[in-house]
This record gives sequence, structure tokens and C-alpha cells, in this order.
Amino acid sequence: MLRQDIKRMLTKNWMDNKKLLSAIMITPAILYILIMVGLPLILAIFYSFSDATTGSSDFKFIGLQNFRDILEDPIFRKSLMNTFIFTFSSQIIVLILSNILAMVLAANYRGKWIVRFLILLPWTAPISLGTIGWLWMLDSIFSPFDWILRYMGLLGTQNALLGNMSNMYWLGEPVYAMASVILVHIWRILPLSTVILMAGLSSIPHDLMEAASIDGAGFFRTFFKIKIPLLIPIMSISLLFGFVFTFTDMTVVYVLTRGGPIHSTQVLSSWAFLKGIEAGDLAHGAAIALFLLPLLACVVILILKLARRTEVT
Amino acid sequence: MAQVEIRNVSKSFGDVKVVDNVNIFIKEGEFLVLLGPSGCGKTTLLRMIAGLEDITSGEIWIGGKVVNNTSPKERNIAMVFQSYALYPHMSVFENIQFPLKNQRMNKEKIREKVEWAAGMFGIEKLLNRKPRQLSGGERQRVAIARAMVRSPNVFLLDEPLSNLDAKLRASAREELQQFQEKVGITTIYVTHDQIEAMGLGDHIAVMSKGKVHQIGTPKEVYNNPADTFVASFMGSPPMNLIEKDDSILGFRPENFVPIDMLNADEGIETLEFFVTWFEDLGSDSLVYGNVKFQSSSSQKHVVSRLQSRANIKIEKGKTYTFAIKRQDLRFFDVKTGYKKNAH
Repeated sequence: MLRQDIKRMLTKNWMDNKKLLSAIMITPAILYILIMVGLPLILAIFYSFSDATTGSSDFKFIGLQNFRDILEDPIFRKSLMNTFIFTFSSQIIVLILSNILAMVLAANYRGKWIVRFLILLPWTAPISLGTIGWLWMLDSIFSPFDWILRYMGLLGTQNALLGNMSNMYWLGEPVYAMASVILVHIWRILPLSTVILMAGLSSIPHDLMEAASIDGAGFFRTFFKIKIPLLIPIMSISLLFGFVFTFTDMTVVYVLTRGGPIHSTQVLSSWAFLKGIEAGDLAHGAAIALFLLPLLACVVILILKLARRTEVT
Repeated sequence: MAQVEIRNVSKSFGDVKVVDNVNIFIKEGEFLVLLGPSGCGKTTLLRMIAGLEDITSGEIWIGGKVVNNTSPKERNIAMVFQSYALYPHMSVFENIQFPLKNQRMNKEKIREKVEWAAGMFGIEKLLNRKPRQLSGGERQRVAIARAMVRSPNVFLLDEPLSNLDAKLRASAREELQQFQEKVGITTIYVTHDQIEAMGLGDHIAVMSKGKVHQIGTPKEVYNNPADTFVASFMGSPPMNLIEKDDSILGFRPENFVPIDMLNADEGIETLEFFVTWFEDLGSDSLVYGNVKFQSSSSQKHVVSRLQSRANIKIEKGKTYTFAIKRQDLRFFDVKTGYKKNAH
């Protein structure tokens, strides 16, 4: 009986100890971040100042030499440029489309659930599988887009608007390849941005919209003067996710083009992977990957500051 | 300014009828208060007048035109919401100028009008502040200034004082009434607070369960309630209602006083009043107790309101003879609850 009482007291005390309980609860998350993010980061910093390769276990520290090397490398500079084009163009389009989609999804009409389902579908598909689907659709010979263009007479005839060749070679022409990579990436991240904005839209008090309509504001004035300003904080969060996700993602590029043709779609993350893992040059790969870190940190600080400044309540 | 007519207006949400065949006529420049308990349909009716809610049946006329199918914008009405609905990202100035900008008014005129509206409500010094930096009373003034700035045909207010504390509410009520008298815009005001309704309205429309029970001046509604609902809703404490034979007898607590206070020649009804509880409210005292009629064995619970300065000694547990002037008695039908002509 006494033993049971002591046991109960111990259990009760342990469960009531907020500090201990919160430490126990947070530990798995901290461990996960330390092992899966912290350790590789330290390792990458370590490698970026060395001459490590996958072929040898010996390495020595060479200071900033790797960073000097990569800055002189034209492929790196091309990749850096592409990263900016890839990120900014996709984010601008995502921002516009997600605003439109969020409003479409927030409105009331018949069959709304199927529209919601279709828009959110890309987010539920594994990224690599989805991209492989696009790889087939953008195939140099069997692309259904080419077939549609040919059927519409826009491709494959003497006076066709897009030329007399039978295919567009979506992933074979530098400009089309970049456009394809951007569009597939937009398809991929649009649902997340839309869902975030939808949450933002639903948090705007209905009274404000009604007040605007009584004050005589039409659709565009209500949208630009009331909705958008009130959505800026949440839009910044969506943009933040988008930026980080696009800057650091290589799946779409790697599956569709592997950076080609002639590095025209190469981005920093794919170049770091190709250089560091596939070519075995760990040191240069790590230096390329780390190049993004201060840049992303600046972007994150900037966007969070913007979000904070535009908060209204 | 415009007159507003509500003709046979009903509103249903599915099977639930929230506004049931309402007919109200509001003259130009009149201040009408829609009064009723929560969920009686008063706000829905106001929203239908504003154009924020579709009308299931009936017609709403503003300024001699049917407005059933016109947008809120085209009705030239202004509304103050219960929450004030100030745009939180805009300054007070931008909030007030918003309706004018929608009219594409030029900058000079906008500034002039905003300053006029701000001056009228004493908020000139707040023009650069954001709504979050304002107190409840200041927000309410900004909301009214925003509504008034474009000189609307009709001014709609949905419980605008309900978020203010009691002291501020009294002064805001006074200001609002003075302002309405000054500008003379037709005003429809929704509230569940009968003190507000009595103090503000030229006329009061008392609503319950989607129906209008009575429309009249505050005095009419208070002194001659059309039915037992109005009698029991108006006044605090409400009219005493006791069943006697085939009628319901109604009398206001302030008219139910010790017999010594009345002149027997005036024609009075006396009742034996057994006091069960006594409340001193400062200026008044409320005396709770039971009365018994000779014709009936059961006791009825009633309240009397006595002025403290009358200095009457009342103790609980004792029986006193109280009386009511016959002219202050009201009679209602037992079955329908409607007012009957005096016996």
C-alpha cells in the first residue's frame, strides 16, 4: 500500500513538473535537428575549407581556396544566375497565381470541392514521381503538348507560328528548358502557397469586406486596398517558404534536365550535388552549397521584418 | 436624406424564418430604433436594408425607389458595424477618406470633408493614428465619422455602443442624438438595450421572433404596450403582468405604490402586497413580493419601484396595502397577449 502511494506521488510529481515535461517533449525535435541538420551543416563547413574528396580519406585544410575556385568557375556563376532567375520568376508567378486561386477557393460555388482537390493534388504527390510525370509529358518526341500544338496547326507545318519542326524539344532548348523547369516547380509549390493564403483570407474579418462594399469599393479596390494589405504578413510567410524551398530544391532540375542543356538550367543546389557527390569533389560541392547560406539568411531576415512591420493587430 | 419603406419583408435561412412579414415606414430625417432581444431578426433586417443580405420576399424602398436588387454601393447608405469594422492597416484619415476616394472625389475636397467630419466628432488629433492605437470610444467616433463623411441618404447603426463601458455609452448616446438632430439624416439604429432605444429614437419598432410587435414613440411603447411581449421587454424591471379572470393585468412597478401615496378619489385598485425582498438602488428602491386576488387563491409575484426620497419604511416578511391608479392599469388578452381596451 505504502509503495503504491510513493509510486503514485512520484508519478504525479513527474507529470506535474512543467520544466521536466517540456524538456522531455522538446528533446526529440532538438535531437532530430542536431543530427539531421546541424551535423551535416558542420560537416559541410568543415569540408568547404578542406580538399576532401570521396576517393580519399586524407584531406588537409586549404582556407578559402575552394570559395576562390568556385567564384572563378563560369558554371558556378551561371548556376548562381539561374538560381536567381529560377527563384524570382517562379515566386512572382506563384504569388500572383496563389492569390487568384485562394480567392477562387474561398468563394462559394457548386463543385468547389473538386476544384480544391485538383489544386491541392500536386502537393500530395511525391515530388520525384510528379516530376517524372512531367518528364514524360515534356519528352522530345512523344510530348502530348507537341501533339496538341501540331493538332492546332501551331507547329510542324511550313507557316506554323512555332516553326516547321515536328517537336518543341522542351528540355533540349536552353530557354524552353528553363521555362519548363520553372513551370513544373510552380505547379509543385503553388498548392502550399494557395493554402497559406486561403488561411490568410479566411482570417480577414467579414465585417471589413462588408464595410468596404457599403463604402462603395468595387472588386479591385477592395482587393488592392483592403485584402492585399491585410494579407501581406501571411503572404510574406508564404513567400519565405517559397524562396527557401526554391533556392534549396534540386529535385525538379535534377529529374527533368540534370542542369542541361549545357548548364542552362543548372542551379546552385544541383551543381553542388553534381560536383560534390556525383563527381566526388566534396570540398567544392560543400563550398557551393554553403554559398547559399548567408544569402538565404538575409532573405529570411528581410521577409520576417517585412511581415512584422505590416502586422496590423 | 430619404424615406425608407419596408413592405412585407421576410427573410428565411432554409426553413427558419428570421424576419417575418415586416412593414415599417421611416420618414425623412427620422430616427428609428429597431429594438428586440438577441436573435429576433433586427440585425438581419438592418443588413437587408443595407443590401448585405438578400430579401426572401417583400420590398425595400429607399428614397422612392425599390432597392431589392441594387448593391450596397448604389443605395448610398452608410453603416456603422457593431465591431466598427475600421480598416486596421489604414490611419484614421485614410479610414474616413475611403468612401470619398471610391467616389473619385478630388484631393482638396476629400481633405476638406475629412476635416469637417473629424471636427464634428472631436477626432482631429487622431487623424494620423492607426485603429489599434485608439480607445473603444475613439474607434466608435471614427466609425461614425467614416459613415457620415459622404452625406448618405440613410444612416444605419448596428449596436454601435455595445462595446463601450456604461459611462461612455451614456455620453456617446447624447452625442449621437445631438449629431443626428444636427444633420437630420434618416437613421435606423439596432439595439437590444431598451434604455438606448428610449433615449435615442423618435420611434421604436419592437421586434421578437422576426416580427414587429409595435411601432411607436418611446412614450407610447412604454406606456401603452401593444402586447405582453412589449410590456415585459420594455422597462427595468418590466411591467408586472398578472392573470386575473379572462385578462392579464399589467402595471408598471413605479405605478404600484403604498396606498398612502395616492389620492383615493382618483380611482384606484388596491392589493395586499406581501414583501419578500427589498433592494435599495440609491435613487430608487425595488420591492419584490406577492399579491393575492380575492377571486383566486394563487399568489402572483410583482415588483414595486419606490423613490428613495419618498422615505417609506418597508420591511420584508410584512404585508402592506399597495395601490395602482386605474388609469395606469393595462389589460391584455389571456390567449393572444394583445392589448385590450380598458375596462
